[in-house]
Amino acid sequence: MSEETQRFLDRLAEFRAGRLETRGQEPTWIAARRQAGAARFEAMGFPTRRDEAWKYTDVRAIARGDFALAGDAEFSQAGAAALTLPIDAHRLTFVDGVFAPALSRLDDLPAGVSLVPLSAALEENHEAVGGPLGRLTGVEFSPFSALNTAFMEEGAVLRLAPGTVVEKPIILQFLSRNGAQPVMSHPRILVQAGGRSQATLVEHHVGEEEAANFTNLVEEIILERNAILTHYKLQESPLADLHVASIHVEQARDSRYTSFNLNLGGALVRTDLISDLNGENATCDFYGLFYGQGRQHVDSHTLANHNAPLTFSNENYKGILDDRAHGVFNGKVVVKRDSQKIEGFQSNANLLLSDRAEIDAKPELEIYADDVKCSHGTTTGQLDEEAVYALRSRGIDRQTARGLLTLAFAGEVLEEVNLDAIAERVELAVAGKLPERFNLAGLVEAAVALGDE
Amino acid sequence: MLEVKDLHVTVEGKEILKGLSLAINAGEVHAIMGPNGAGKSTLSSVIAGKEGYEVTSGSITFEGQDVLEMEVEERAQAGLLLGFQHPVEIPGVKNIYLLKSALNAQRAARGEGEMPAPEFLKLIKEKIAEMQMDASFLQRSVNEGFSGGEKKRNEILQMLVLQPKLAMLDEIDSGLDIDALRVVADGVNSLRAEDRGILLVTHYQRLLDYIVPDRVHVLIDGRIAKSGDAELARELESRGYDWVLEESAA
Repeated sequence: MSEETQRFLDRLAEFRAGRLETRGQEPTWIAARRQAGAARFEAMGFPTRRDEAWKYTDVRAIARGDFALAGDAEFSQAGAAALTLPIDAHRLTFVDGVFAPALSRLDDLPAGVSLVPLSAALEENHEAVGGPLGRLTGVEFSPFSALNTAFMEEGAVLRLAPGTVVEKPIILQFLSRNGAQPVMSHPRILVQAGGRSQATLVEHHVGEEEAANFTNLVEEIILERNAILTHYKLQESPLADLHVASIHVEQARDSRYTSFNLNLGGALVRTDLISDLNGENATCDFYGLFYGQGRQHVDSHTLANHNAPLTFSNENYKGILDDRAHGVFNGKVVVKRDSQKIEGFQSNANLLLSDRAEIDAKPELEIYADDVKCSHGTTTGQLDEEAVYALRSRGIDRQTARGLLTLAFAGEVLEEVNLDAIAERVELAVAGKLPERFNLAGLVEAAVALGDE
Repeated sequence: MLEVKDLHVTVEGKEILKGLSLAINAGEVHAIMGPNGAGKSTLSSVIAGKEGYEVTSGSITFEGQDVLEMEVEERAQAGLLLGFQHPVEIPGVKNIYLLKSALNAQRAARGEGEMPAPEFLKLIKEKIAEMQMDASFLQRSVNEGFSGGEKKRNEILQMLVLQPKLAMLDEIDSGLDIDALRVVADGVNSLRAEDRGILLVTHYQRLLDYIVPDRVHVLIDGRIAKSGDAELARELESRGYDWVLEESAA
């Protein structure tokens, strides 16, 4: 076993001993899962580029790190307020993975909605959690899911009773602190959306500028018949943060899952997004936007499993890469035998703003049925120089012209965003990465003012 | 205002302009006519700074400044604006973004601050009405899905908002039906002013029925072969270009 793997296992042993001392024995199933996670991680170690699924992503920055576990959730109110999305919402906040009640807002949850930290859900009724937890993303999914299971401690559990429609968005906010030592967190998110329920979930990763922590997230989302969930994952972590997320969705008949995977921050980011379309008319839409600068590495792996006939998947991912940033897009659609009359569409476009930026794009289709409609395509290019010239010929300097065109490129995904606060935030963040003279806010205001009249 | 002296330009090694000279004063409307391939569009493109043209000798000065030393955007900021024969589509960039960015860039170059939003909105609404375009065009991506006529109107709209000192219009009449031609011509005529020069590049005399030029130049084989007043355009319409060629060769 490598020294790196051992370091994480040592941390785990410390964590378990400390836990036993302060909180006593935990339920047997949890201890057993931890053990299974640890064993699996020990056996696999961190993935290397020899593993097909990690061919383009080198995780040594994580493996070589020495991460502690955060002991508290202290964060200044003002500091947190500056980072919080300006959305009237129900909110759970975690600081370096630790639940922060003072920064959460759960006072006006409507009937039929249960939103609690994982620790509280386990205390209340651990058996009710034990059934679904780990069913979709088990320890065998990846070394990271195994590690997460071994360290499982905190996270969010959202349960929607059948027929519940939640008006306000639900925000899960993850704050990363700039502490003396880098920390790691292994949050778990469990969503159980009952039949005909409807909600918008916003997962927001953000933090203090100089932070350099490791987040290893596992999310399991279960949509029962006719449930509708829109899931925004706005990842604008500090630029030295390391972020791995494994998201697994299970969709029953007539359910609809819409994902916005918006990646702006982080040094090393890997997202796995999987949806199992298990019943007729289940639909998933995957929208993605990533913007990498400096030496950022952003990897998005998506998978739509058409396990039943008449299921629908649609994907549009856009990547913008500058400097020496590296992007990876791997989108896969799998159609099972007998999954007839499905539709699976996939599109990926990437914009390289510098000669040294790099993208590895790989769309994959695996079809075992014969009556299907599927398409996929990926394009990579630079800004249209003819358009740059057209704008310059009107007096707009080269940098601003490039900025306008870059924003236009991102616009195709942002147009689909229904939460204005998120669309604006991302648009401004993209603009913020462009040269300073670029006054996007003024432009947007003018367009909005015109539209309001 | 604009002085072009003995301009020689090559494109991909082939000489297109072979010693062209031209002077445009403020308040004048000049039309450049000529057969296909004579170099009409090359002239306005070189003045506007389009890539792919090599100036091998000669000079272009605008209000005493050496135009060939200026960046593309500097030329526009100084008041040299070219309306394109084939305006490009720019998906995702709203018309209003282009107009506002361009106007503010021009103001910044003059040391002025940004135009306040209410004033800007009033201005563009007035101008878009003048071009008989629906206000929804402002929210649409530049030229995307526009018909040929709409693209040309959009070029003139930009001129009306940006108020150039020298407006160059490259075959602005091509592909326009008579109604669109009238609207475009009205727009151009509204630009006529004592302190502004206008340079029309056209293949057809028809445009000059609506925008009557002060000077007409016939461009043949990279040089101005003949200049005259509006009457010359009519003569070209009835007699073609061959006689000019013969006359200048004689």
